Amino acid sequence: MTDTDDNVRYDQARYVENGQYEPLLSEKDLTRVEIGEENGGDDGDDSPLPDDLTRDSLELPELSEPELVRHYTRLSQMIYGIDSGPYPLGSCTMKYNPKFTEDVAALPDGAVHPDRSEESVQGTLELLYRLQDYLGRIGGMDAVTLQPPAGAAGEFVGIRVAAAYHEHNGEGHRDEVIVPESAHGTNFASAALGGYEVVSLPSDDEGRVDLEALEAALSENTAALMLTNPNTLGLFERDIEEIAEMVHDVGGLLYYDGANLNALLGRARPGDMGFDVMHYNVHKTFATPHGGGGPGAGPVGVVDELAPFLPSPRVRTDGDASYELFEPEHTIGKVHGFHGNWLVLVKTFAYIARLGDEGLTDASAKAVLNANYLASRIEYDVPYEPFHHEFVASAGDQDAADVAKRMLDYGVHPPTTKWPEIVPEALMTEPTEVESKDTLDRLAAAFNAVAGEDDATLEDAPERTTARRIDQTSAARSPRLSWQTLSEEEE
Amino acid sequence: MTGSHSHATGSPYAPHTEEERAAMLEAVGAEAVEELFDIPEAVEFDGEFGIDARTERETRELVRSLLERNDDLTELLGRGHYGYYVPSLVDHLADRSEFLTSYTQYQPEVSQGFLQALFEYQSLLVELTGLEIANCSMYDAATALGEAATLADRVRSTSGTRVLVPDLLREGRRSTLENYVAGTDLVVEEYPTEDGGVDLAALEDGVDDEVVMIYAENPTIRGTIEERLDEIGDLADDAGALFALGSDPIALSLLERPVDVGADVVVGDASVLGLPTSYGMGLGLFACREDYLRQVPGRLVGASEDATDRRAYTLTLQTREQHIRRERATSNICTNQAWVALRTAMHAATLGPSGMVDLAKRGVRRAEDLAERVDDLVGVEAPVHDRHHLREFVARVDQPARAIAADLEDRGYAVHVVGDHELQICVAGATDEQIDGFVEALSEVVR
Repeated sequence: MTDTDDNVRYDQARYVENGQYEPLLSEKDLTRVEIGEENGGDDGDDSPLPDDLTRDSLELPELSEPELVRHYTRLSQMIYGIDSGPYPLGSCTMKYNPKFTEDVAALPDGAVHPDRSEESVQGTLELLYRLQDYLGRIGGMDAVTLQPPAGAAGEFVGIRVAAAYHEHNGEGHRDEVIVPESAHGTNFASAALGGYEVVSLPSDDEGRVDLEALEAALSENTAALMLTNPNTLGLFERDIEEIAEMVHDVGGLLYYDGANLNALLGRARPGDMGFDVMHYNVHKTFATPHGGGGPGAGPVGVVDELAPFLPSPRVRTDGDASYELFEPEHTIGKVHGFHGNWLVLVKTFAYIARLGDEGLTDASAKAVLNANYLASRIEYDVPYEPFHHEFVASAGDQDAADVAKRMLDYGVHPPTTKWPEIVPEALMTEPTEVESKDTLDRLAAAFNAVAGEDDATLEDAPERTTARRIDQTSAARSPRLSWQTLSEEEE
Repeated sequence: MTGSHSHATGSPYAPHTEEERAAMLEAVGAEAVEELFDIPEAVEFDGEFGIDARTERETRELVRSLLERNDDLTELLGRGHYGYYVPSLVDHLADRSEFLTSYTQYQPEVSQGFLQALFEYQSLLVELTGLEIANCSMYDAATALGEAATLADRVRSTSGTRVLVPDLLREGRRSTLENYVAGTDLVVEEYPTEDGGVDLAALEDGVDDEVVMIYAENPTIRGTIEERLDEIGDLADDAGALFALGSDPIALSLLERPVDVGADVVVGDASVLGLPTSYGMGLGLFACREDYLRQVPGRLVGASEDATDRRAYTLTLQTREQHIRRERATSNICTNQAWVALRTAMHAATLGPSGMVDLAKRGVRRAEDLAERVDDLVGVEAPVHDRHHLREFVARVDQPARAIAADLEDRGYAVHVVGDHELQICVAGATDEQIDGFVEALSEVVR
């Protein structure tokens, strides 16, 4: 890559000291504090507990506030976030996270303990009640729980609710959950965690559910079919009504994985398509920050028939501005020690309240327009159409993982790679509604520049990031998972 | 809709001008955005959720006015969720947008900062527990306990199915655990406690080689410090069962090291450092012995080298995880609590080892001091348990506990009711002035 002003270029911050990047806290200081009943010091140092109930010492970094501020500021500069540039990571819906939502989450009045009396936290309960109501409307669902702390936790709730429902109806023998091959890995894992046999469903030639294969997979043992719509190729499952009928005909439930809900906001609702239970990925669809991997939240919506099985407690009102917690009649119990990820739920509520009907519907319009525009500008082949909020391009003869590494040098975050496997060398791309035409043009330029480069260049990438290509094999072969392991190695 | 921003009828966070939108539509060969949607008419929705849009200012005002309805109480509440003071540094640095707006580090070369912070978090837990492996987060203490049981299910050496938990276990943890093991053949059973601690004789009677996991907490949910943990470790060891210990980073700074009492797994809420009171939101701590490395749930950050031979960090051993191993993964977890782990690491670093040990010692002294002060009141006995305590304790009241708690609430204080005549009182986040005020209020209430 030549350093001309024509190229988008992003040189990431890089600190080097003694031939290493930013040192670990433990390399800046390690102090051992002794613990004992009679420490020899002043009274304040003596342990208030007998020695046989305490540890002998604690050894950790002891650094001043200014030193720590520099450390973490440097670390933050060695991270690429959505605020740094486009982040079209397919299936992750990396939207801009509105700044004001941090302010509402930090309101002191919201900082209450989960064991407070219901009368003393009416504000918290009303906000949660309203959020249950918002999500119900958006998904076309009758009842909502806010407890699941992430999308996968929501899936697990859906699976547990399905199990409890079948058990309640004397159909506890149903032991299979059907999942399309191209589904998110969590679908398989959540069904397995719930104790189900996972029946994998192949796609048809057009990338959608193969109805014949579905017919063959369905039986009196089917507990549920888990489906993402649009699917991971961005395609809408056009036969959804027929699919719902087929699943319901054998007594199964239809589960909606909400990972791709951003494509449909205001245009179609899972409840109207025949889904019985769904989760919402609020950190995707409703723009709460991803925080380097979490926290998110995965509320679950269900139709009336399943409401009695939802986790406890939920929030209800007597209609007179008074709110209370209640336990659904046949509840599956709890999936989180308390009420889930409160700070994320407040941000979700604020985002939905800010956008309203028009904003939410506009978000899906522009998310789909952006994906289509970007796909039209890149030279890589996109084998499956018509896609919605995301598309899966093929890197063809190039290695998709190498393409991704090289894209980093052009100042953009690359797409999700090598998945779904139905597309060879997949580049799963989801620009979301927050990118402008100019940004999409620059993103397309990055794709196209890499498409024209040779394998050797790709294999050497990235070169402008904090770290150069990292050896994954070495990391896995000799795991070094703490600074203690590193210092043992040096000795 | 009121307000002055330029996107009066759309998402305020989509930057398209009308001209750009038209140019993009032309580029994709469509006349209207609607043409891009391939949704059968029968399932189309008209977009009328009935949710009004608001300006940013109006939305802030809405949330403020809702939460304002919460009573302003001084909380002496704990039992698994604690409101310790979080230093300003944590908010300011964790809110730097690169931390906040990045995602899982699938591209480690542009994510070194977060990976290093998580590596440091894992190292903190390794020091606190003495165990070799810590993952970079589960959702909370309850789900971490559930994951410990499924780990026990995978690594058990016998055909046994029994998971033993204390009868004091919080309902939220117990219920979550039940859900996590619902897909296995494991059965959760209670063992008795005596005077706020493990009843070792009863536990011993209940242990046989069908037991695959024994769970205990230190401190217990009633704030008592366990005195015979090593014997529980021995019992588990003899039965070929896993010993899972529940704790948290402040307790672990002072109390016996889990590795020294034979713990195989440590779970708990790590967000006692890093998060203020958050209506129960937490951070699942998960650490275990190296033997279980390939069976650990959740994400692990490891050190490696980059192409310049400098040390660099990356997510590793990902073949355990759902996106690769699917239904054979060690857990279904994907999105975790990474940003909370960052906050915990920052808070711990701000305290340093001396600050952490001091915080724990203060928790012991202040709980004991307050117990003595309320014990002096007529009609109150504290602590109920003849044990050492950390940050909370149970008090016996002559009058019905519910009525006392309600009267205290009228005076601006919140405490737990844990029995007909039992209150639980926690000093974790309270200032000395607040505690003085509470003693005053309690003395009026019990008078």
